[in-house]
Amino acid sequence: MSFAKSAVKWVDERFPLSSFLKNHLTEYYAPKNFNFWYFFGSLALLVLVIQIVTGIFLTMHYKPDAAQAFASVEYIMRDVPLGWLIRYIHSTGASMFFIVIYLHMFRALIYGSYRKPRELLWLFGMLIYLCLMAEAFFGYLLPWGQMSYWGAQVIINLFAAVPFIGPDLAVWIRGDYVVSDATLNRFFAFHVIAIPLVLLGLIACHLVALHEVGSNNPDGIDIKKHKDKNGKPLDGIAFHPYYTVKDLVGVVVFLMVFTLIVFFAPEMGGYFLEHNNFVPADPLRTPDHIAPVWYFTPFYSILRAIPPMFGSQFPGVVAMGLAVFVLFLMPWLDRGAVRSIRYRGSLYKGWLSVFVLSFLTLGYLGVKPTSVWGQFGAWLGGADRAVVVAQICTAVYFLFFFLMPWYTKMDKTKPEPERVTL
Amino acid sequence: MTKTKEKFMDEETTRRRRILVIGTGAAGVLAGLGASVPFISSMAPSAKARAAGAPVEVELTGLEPGMMITVEWRGKPVWVLHRTPSMLASLPEIISKVQDPSSQVPMQPKYAMNEHRSIKAKYLVLVGICTHLGCSPSQKLEIGGAAGMGDDWKGGFFCPCHGSKFDLAGRVYKGVPAPVNLEVPPHMYLSEDSLLIGEEKKA
Amino acid sequence: MRSNFFFLMFVINYSFAAGGGAGLDDAKLDPSDGLSIQRGAKTFVNYCLGCHEASYMRFNRLGDLGLSNGQIKEFLIFGEKKVGDTMVNAMDREDAELWFGIVPPDLSVIARSRGPDWLYTYLRSFYQDDKSTTGWNNTLFPNVGMPHILWELQGIRELEAGEASRLGQKTVTKMEGALNQTEYDSFVRDLVNYLVFIGEPARTLRVQIGIVILFVLSIFLVLTWVLKKEYWKDVNQ
Repeated sequence: MSFAKSAVKWVDERFPLSSFLKNHLTEYYAPKNFNFWYFFGSLALLVLVIQIVTGIFLTMHYKPDAAQAFASVEYIMRDVPLGWLIRYIHSTGASMFFIVIYLHMFRALIYGSYRKPRELLWLFGMLIYLCLMAEAFFGYLLPWGQMSYWGAQVIINLFAAVPFIGPDLAVWIRGDYVVSDATLNRFFAFHVIAIPLVLLGLIACHLVALHEVGSNNPDGIDIKKHKDKNGKPLDGIAFHPYYTVKDLVGVVVFLMVFTLIVFFAPEMGGYFLEHNNFVPADPLRTPDHIAPVWYFTPFYSILRAIPPMFGSQFPGVVAMGLAVFVLFLMPWLDRGAVRSIRYRGSLYKGWLSVFVLSFLTLGYLGVKPTSVWGQFGAWLGGADRAVVVAQICTAVYFLFFFLMPWYTKMDKTKPEPERVTL
Repeated sequence: MTKTKEKFMDEETTRRRRILVIGTGAAGVLAGLGASVPFISSMAPSAKARAAGAPVEVELTGLEPGMMITVEWRGKPVWVLHRTPSMLASLPEIISKVQDPSSQVPMQPKYAMNEHRSIKAKYLVLVGICTHLGCSPSQKLEIGGAAGMGDDWKGGFFCPCHGSKFDLAGRVYKGVPAPVNLEVPPHMYLSEDSLLIGEEKKA
Repeated sequence: MRSNFFFLMFVINYSFAAGGGAGLDDAKLDPSDGLSIQRGAKTFVNYCLGCHEASYMRFNRLGDLGLSNGQIKEFLIFGEKKVGDTMVNAMDREDAELWFGIVPPDLSVIARSRGPDWLYTYLRSFYQDDKSTTGWNNTLFPNVGMPHILWELQGIRELEAGEASRLGQKTVTKMEGALNQTEYDSFVRDLVNYLVFIGEPARTLRVQIGIVILFVLSIFLVLTWVLKKEYWKDVNQ
């Protein structure tokens, strides 16, 4: 017996190494018809690793102190050898995380990956998404630029809109009457340890749930129905080597895109690193135009689209929260006879199209001032065109979910195939 | 298709795959090493630390014979002592009492590996940190009892922490805790009266 | 689908960069022109550093452009500063607030927040205004606290119509300066080029490393693609 084999044997007698690799890689069977959309799960894991590693090294030089934070970021950008690279990778990674996650979620949407028996898988995924939003929000304050400061100010003030306890709640979150050193310090703690710990736990649950029920596929059918005499699904292939080598190609392509941004357009025209964030935070001067970073803008648009009612911003805040929360309900809202968009009827496809269109429009409007498209004439009271469009899109956004139980049921679906199609 | 041909195909495939896996794996390991460069280098001294640790210029014009000044270089005390002829004369007298009289242990740059452990005999440049456990020895420059070091004291430095003794060339006495001579930092003369600590003349 | 998405992102990026905002003149910078940046550095220490700092920028970072420590010391440093020091001045912040109504901002990353075209236009948009406390005003930045520090070079300009300050209004020459307009534009361009340089000194290195990494990744793309093809023969037969 070779040394390697006896070493593995020694470990196996004490730790289930071989059986773990078997269960989760070499004898974990995934449907063989995965397409482009199935790259984003492993890519999300890759970005997570990138963020954790670069984050650790940034922590070595960053100072979570209102008087020193901005300068310490510039210190990283100039004085720390190759510090600029680590920082750009981290700032780019933040945006790329959301791009990958949004595409990953969209994949689940179109192929019905949240449907029974994958409800918990979807819920864990949604919790990961929530954590990611929190992580991004806390992290965005750390450079202590104008956008960091006023972005945090605006979001924390959303909590102030909660009836009765709101103002006290906002003060408690900040630890001060304004966003200040105390706020920065606690956001740092949440960003570098609290949220990442929760995130790692949730990701573990997400993966365990995935391997329990097995992956869905673009046909949305169950591959476990047809097995060979050994119990291996006929339409399944071992995750390793087939999907490891395939994902590797995806990883390289992804890294090329990542490289293009980090090295040639790290600010991404002000969308990944905002211009005003190169101005140190100034509590006495608000920038002319504050917009959240692009990945929050669809929800920010929903917030802005809802007018204050009874003298309170609270309805807008509720709408925004609901816009995220309603995603949790997907497994129970969808009553369709089939999972995959390939076999859905035109009713579902139509709703999905206008939903995507609305989501993108809301995202676009969120980075622009409400006056971006000018005003309607007097016949509409001179209302901002962008506000009206955002209101329509918000309505579509919610109707997509609220009407889902009916239009998915009424939809004329096509028959699903017995076996997966390539 | 015959059995042998099928078997040959299998072997051929296995061989090809093994080469591909090894090739990609090796390239991956190299790339991984490359990717670690920014992280490893980010832990090296930053431009700020390097600026703070930059060479220090010392003007010697005001330094009278017998006087010593302390300058800070990379956060450490560096002594510059203007030795009098009598101080220099004492150095050969205590050769038998010091551990490493000819500076065999490399605690100095090559150009200071001589009896007086300096470039110019009269100017001694030393890092003022005891080679035992890092205390800064005190000056006992006077000869004889005046320094409180006993009547046969030839002048030098005394470490208050554990009693190590050094002579006026920073050489460590025998029988004290410090193992080696005091360190001579890299230094060079910019002019007759101007000393630069922390940088050497390029060969 | 994904490539479309990134294409879109790049289009957004480019349209943003190219537009530069309304009413701004194109600075037509050449960030690879080291001599222009060096001239700008000289201008910066002579005209700007008295009031503005670049407190994150070390003098010896100009070594990236090929300047030796000796040259930096000789041409750019006045007084006791060392080459490893940052570009700071001795002005008291409270005095500054008293004089200008605002502490002159640190200029280390001003090119990243304002953009080069804005700076280029701003420095060429001063005009004489008796109503202002400093005697100067600016068509790009109305009621600016900063006086026209370069007036001897540009000359004195005044509003065409002689009205109250209005954004983007035309100005005419009142008195010729030491430089003609082309010379002054090029003088300002050098200074802006310098400000862009100190905004991100690693820029040149960044692009160089990026090209190498793209090259390495394209080799990987071929390797992994061949590897994938090889293994997927099993699946696709």
